[in-house]
Amino acid sequence: MEITVKVRRVPEQEGASRSVVGAESSGEMAGAAQPRTGKARTSTAPGYWQTYHMEAKPTDRILDVLMALKSEQDGTLTFRRSCGHGICGSDAIRINGKNRLACKTLVKDLGPGRAITLEPLKGLPVVKDLVVDMEPFLAAYRSVLPYLIADTSTTPTTERLQSPQEHARFEKTTKCILCAACTTSCPVLWTNPDYTGPMAMVNAHRFVFDSRDVAAEERFAALSDGEGVWRCRTTFNCTEACPRDIPITEVIGELKRAMIAQAL
Amino acid sequence: MIHRHNYDVVIIGAGGAGMRAALEASTHARTAVISKLYPTRSHTGAAQGGIAASLGNVEEDCVEWHIFDTIKGGDYLVDQDAARVLAEEACDAVVDLEHMGLPFNRTPDGRIDQRKFGGHTREHGAAPVRRACYAADRTGHMILQTLFQNCVKNNVEFYNEFYLMDLITENSPVTADDGAESQQGNTVNTTPRITGVVALDLATGDLHVFQAHAVIMATGGAGKVFRTTSNAHCLTGDGMALTLRAGLPLQDMEFVQFHPTGLAGLGILLSEAARGEGGVLRNCDGEAFMVNYAPNIKDLAPRDIVARAIATEVRQGRGCGPDKSYVHLDITHLPRDVIDAKLPDITEFARTYLGVEPYTEFVPTYPTAHYTMGGIPTTLHGQALDASQNPVTGLYAAGECACVSVHGANRLGTNSLLDTIVFGRRAGAAAAAFAAAQEPHATLTSAEASQAASAVVAELAALRTRTEGERVGQVRDELQTVMDTDAGVFRTDESLSDALDSIKEIRQRYASIAVDDRSLRYNTDVVEAIELGYLIDLAEVMATSARQRRESRGGHCREDFPTRDDAGHLWHTVAWRSDDGTVTLGRKPVVNEGYEPMERKY
Repeated sequence: MEITVKVRRVPEQEGASRSVVGAESSGEMAGAAQPRTGKARTSTAPGYWQTYHMEAKPTDRILDVLMALKSEQDGTLTFRRSCGHGICGSDAIRINGKNRLACKTLVKDLGPGRAITLEPLKGLPVVKDLVVDMEPFLAAYRSVLPYLIADTSTTPTTERLQSPQEHARFEKTTKCILCAACTTSCPVLWTNPDYTGPMAMVNAHRFVFDSRDVAAEERFAALSDGEGVWRCRTTFNCTEACPRDIPITEVIGELKRAMIAQAL
Repeated sequence: MIHRHNYDVVIIGAGGAGMRAALEASTHARTAVISKLYPTRSHTGAAQGGIAASLGNVEEDCVEWHIFDTIKGGDYLVDQDAARVLAEEACDAVVDLEHMGLPFNRTPDGRIDQRKFGGHTREHGAAPVRRACYAADRTGHMILQTLFQNCVKNNVEFYNEFYLMDLITENSPVTADDGAESQQGNTVNTTPRITGVVALDLATGDLHVFQAHAVIMATGGAGKVFRTTSNAHCLTGDGMALTLRAGLPLQDMEFVQFHPTGLAGLGILLSEAARGEGGVLRNCDGEAFMVNYAPNIKDLAPRDIVARAIATEVRQGRGCGPDKSYVHLDITHLPRDVIDAKLPDITEFARTYLGVEPYTEFVPTYPTAHYTMGGIPTTLHGQALDASQNPVTGLYAAGECACVSVHGANRLGTNSLLDTIVFGRRAGAAAAAFAAAQEPHATLTSAEASQAASAVVAELAALRTRTEGERVGQVRDELQTVMDTDAGVFRTDESLSDALDSIKEIRQRYASIAVDDRSLRYNTDVVEAIELGYLIDLAEVMATSARQRRESRGGHCREDFPTRDDAGHLWHTVAWRSDDGTVTLGRKPVVNEGYEPMERKY
């Protein structure tokens, strides 16, 4: 079948750069209260629309469409991709106005007869075409201490014990692939670039409810300031956008309840 | 402008091996990780079923059974000292990961749960054993996330979306006794000392020169040599190819693992865990055919055997579907709560990409190129070896791009994640220890850095300015089709000879390919062109190595030489490029610690 694809083209951005993650930039990890980038974010993508026509099968992935366009029509078309089946998180973009993974969305999923629109994620600076700067997103990730902080006074020589029930308490948030579909679907982020955002809350949840972790209070502190969980307006955009089916709004609710319980 | 950096250790790649090496090296030495992807995009995250360790949490198991299974599974081309290290260090490796936070599935009493996997047995093949530690069917995802989390915790320095472009070498005599020239008639006179790398920052288009006492290659496999593959688009063998171009050898490149159960037509991996949990393969008659190929452990036979069985069923007309082109994976008899708890991701792949409901329907599957058993030959501490088996100063390798060799002619499932953790840690420790004993490099002058990067500058300029030529995608498609057709599950001298003719012609066309994108920033068009060059180099080494191995062993199946020939072929292939560019082959003995080759029946 012939399809029409409209891609938001953004020429290479002068001044685009990336910070090195790690020791030299560790000052950024101080907390969510500080502005993470200071870069202005645009609410609509810059650039222009370019229209392509091509043959595709209904079962083709949108990533197949993009790769065929790049390979056969226009090598300048620029996007990220790697695994091609929804587990690496590289190719989250806006498809027909919704955040999805290009490799997990098939042509037939998008309804027949109308042009397919492809845009970069909203709320992160665009580097070129469908590629956005991930650094502000990763800064939010780092702000919630996204690693196990265990009681190391008695590290056993074998595994720490954890019951299947304790494991089930946080298992859903271990599925996160850091694709940014959730955070960049959130209207709160679009107007407030310093909002911690749903992805960081998912990754806080993953450790707060892990029976082996002892640092819930530190993460609650990072999440309770003005840019934290209380800014969530429960619009469910994140839940709808998540390609891993993590019930993110529910997850944020669990964090809020735990934070209230801890404060009482 | 060329940016300059000076580190003790530079690691290329941020998958399982790269990040495990980084966690080790960064505590002892100034360490940088250069990765063409953001770390959590690495293909370790696609590994599904588990990581092997004889913890014995759910039934009796022991290290020695794991060693035996690994050697037998690798069809006796495994170096037995390496297999021993792998199995002996497995339990500590898994417990370390748990301590780092990895959320393994648990037994009712809170221990790490374990499941069955192909080729892992009790008492030397008596019956399958539960040795695979797992986190649902996303064990690799959890390993990758856990390692990245700990890198964030330890402030490991990453250079994300930086492409490795070249190795910086100093030619130096290797050993005082001039041993480099003598063995097996090899013509390598000097071995380069590796002193750094040149990398391209994709976001800016700038080149960066990294000086380092030790470089660790952890760049993963080269599955994109093939069209039907479970591998990510990024898996173009960059580290292997650049090592080859530096005049160093690759080992056992004829051994490619075809995973039995890729989603038919797509190649997307469906974990062996489906069969570990009780899934069964069926042909068009509904027959569970594996009993005819491995009467004892049936569907849990090693991957090379199952992949050939599937291809044979299809060739003999017992395939399923309108074209009789695949077989069925049946998990419909498994309880839905087991499927949901233990196989959630792969069942979703079947629903998303094929529209098949695995609760009630069979899933179409066919073998898919999955893993390169071969790679950069290394010592047990990850140090690269030259063609004469002398260690290369300053170069290390771990994970799929390396060949230590623990996988021999066929890797067992769950041994690759283990390989990345055990040998990633060893390479990181060895590289850091070596760096600590060196005098600091004098930082390069701007002119020296320009000199180091001059070849890369010229290569990029040529690609960016050529206006007429074939498209990268077209040439790449042809290369992949050639390899699928002529160097796939079944091979003959004729097919491999055809493959080499085609590769030669494709190489000529590659010299005049052109890209559309002339910009500096985020130019993935140019990057894909460079990657295609790596694929062509590696395809040639694979086909050349495969042609000279006139026997069938593990993943290498020669229809014109259908049996294993221990008398004539129990050696590793070593391949390097001579000065005129031709692939030259040598041999290297297999390390035997007492497990004598036996007929490989399951």
